[in-house]
Amino acid sequence: MSLLRAVEIEEPTSALPKKKGWLPFSGWHLLLMPIALLFALPLVQMVLTSFMTDAEINSFPPKFIPTSINLGGYQQFLTESLAPRWMLNTVLVATISVVAHLILCSTAGYGYARLKFRGRNFGFFAIVATIMIPTQLLMIPTYVMFSKLGVVDTLAAAFIPWLTSAFGIFLMRQFFLSLPKELEEAGMIDGLTSFGVFRRIVLPLAKPALATLAVFTLLNSWNDLVWPLIAISNQDNFTIQVGLTTFQGTRRTQWSALMAGNVIATLPLIVGFLIAQKQFVATMTFSGLKG
Amino acid sequence: MSVSVDVVSPSLTVDPSDRKRQRRTQKRRANITGWTFVGLSTFMVIGLSIFPAAWALLISRRKWNLLSPPKDIGWKNYNTMVHDPDVWAALRHTLFFTALFVPISILLGMLIAVALNQRIKLVGFYRTAIFIPFVASAAATGILAGFVFEPNYGSANDLLRRLGIPTQPFLESPTQAMLVIVFIALWGQVGFTVVVYLAALQDIPKDVVEAAIVDGANRRQVFRYVTIPELAPVTVFTAVWQTITALQLFDLVYTTTRGGPIGSTTTLVYYVYQVAFQQSRFGFGAAVSYGLFALTMIVTLFMIWYSRRTKIEAF
Repeated sequence: MSLLRAVEIEEPTSALPKKKGWLPFSGWHLLLMPIALLFALPLVQMVLTSFMTDAEINSFPPKFIPTSINLGGYQQFLTESLAPRWMLNTVLVATISVVAHLILCSTAGYGYARLKFRGRNFGFFAIVATIMIPTQLLMIPTYVMFSKLGVVDTLAAAFIPWLTSAFGIFLMRQFFLSLPKELEEAGMIDGLTSFGVFRRIVLPLAKPALATLAVFTLLNSWNDLVWPLIAISNQDNFTIQVGLTTFQGTRRTQWSALMAGNVIATLPLIVGFLIAQKQFVATMTFSGLKG
Repeated sequence: MSVSVDVVSPSLTVDPSDRKRQRRTQKRRANITGWTFVGLSTFMVIGLSIFPAAWALLISRRKWNLLSPPKDIGWKNYNTMVHDPDVWAALRHTLFFTALFVPISILLGMLIAVALNQRIKLVGFYRTAIFIPFVASAAATGILAGFVFEPNYGSANDLLRRLGIPTQPFLESPTQAMLVIVFIALWGQVGFTVVVYLAALQDIPKDVVEAAIVDGANRRQVFRYVTIPELAPVTVFTAVWQTITALQLFDLVYTTTRGGPIGSTTTLVYYVYQVAFQQSRFGFGAAVSYGLFALTMIVTLFMIWYSRRTKIEAF
């Protein structure tokens, strides 16, 4: 299933011969250029608008480029809300989620790929079956469960859903299955325990899969809205996404501050994407669930 | 973690019962090792999905606001559900979104992927530009969309003005709001279908395409008779996946219109959110959740059945 295969996009592969047309450049540009601008310009506008004053934003006709760099929006967003606190919370949630995900999914993935034990098939079947269960079905019972466990209104409500995942376990298992067994067998003969083999031999080979998994978890935990939204009502424990929507609810027209908040909330991931585009693209294939 | 493959000492005289015992302890050790690796993860995945999903079924048979004790009312919530005009309205909005979002995201994804697979200049720039909205959160996307589609000074109307087209109310109009949300959802998620199609295109064996060209096929014929059939399994997969996603639309509605104007963008999941978390009707909310789950399963199974019937192997 292509869903669970991390994809690497290689160089274009079209085998069709180049066609000489009536244009001095390929006709594909006529399609791609407007689409690319349509996708990129709103984000550019977001950044530019964050440096404008509200008066400038409301001027007519609308401006695209600010006349001067104005940090009022950032100042307003950072001081009139708990934004610094929300960012810290989000960084904490994302860090815990990524670290836990890497440990729990890689160990479980290895166990299901290589070890023989009672209940293995049952456990793995249960994990695969959960992929069928949509988030919306879990909103109410998870909230009730969290409130019984006293997790509601704490930061834990934001990261518990992301500590491990069926996707992550499946991804790691598929990766481990693709490794040649001989190295591990050699390690066993050298007297390593199963855990030793896993740590010293298998994990170092798994770096590409772990990188994909890390990006997957970072994207999901950083951008998550549903769980913190329903489970956290104490402003101190908001993540930046929930904080941003709350801020939006009270300042519908203060666009300068809103755009500044938007930039702060998305910039870390956008920078990450530009640096590690390959890992992000590999991750996109199985994190289509966003809306 | 002290378990390993024991190196059995090669003594020549082993008592058979001894050997049996040894094998048993070995098996036990293997079980302990195995569950040490998978136990916590498996427990958490089940505890955070299968368990709550089953519990939701129980909750759906109750009248419960979490404060007073739950009251078992049998299947009454489901009865209320099918007679609730708001549920039907939410279903209509959800299906409207799905019917537009899924085919457009597939066609657009395929088209962009084919274009990005050409050996032309700037391909790296195009790829980055088209993928980047995917990393923006629903919250940020929603707020940004609110700005771009702002009726007075938003860029969308500015563009219309420059083209001499009358300005539009967009998200403030009950008839346009859902269309705008479809547009925003495509902006944020087409990257996903593009990546899937791009990967599939790169899997098409080159010699198949070359053979078609040798046989005299032109570009259009290659696309129609080689590329599209080769992409069919991916298309089925993407259609199913996007449908499941679309039927669950919530985030973007929350961050743009909060279900309005006049409830015109209230989807089923948004309705569940309102009913459960704003009106504290958890039992009824769980029933609607299950209704949507059943609908999703039926639609998904139908799509898989239909693709099997037309001999496309995607699952």
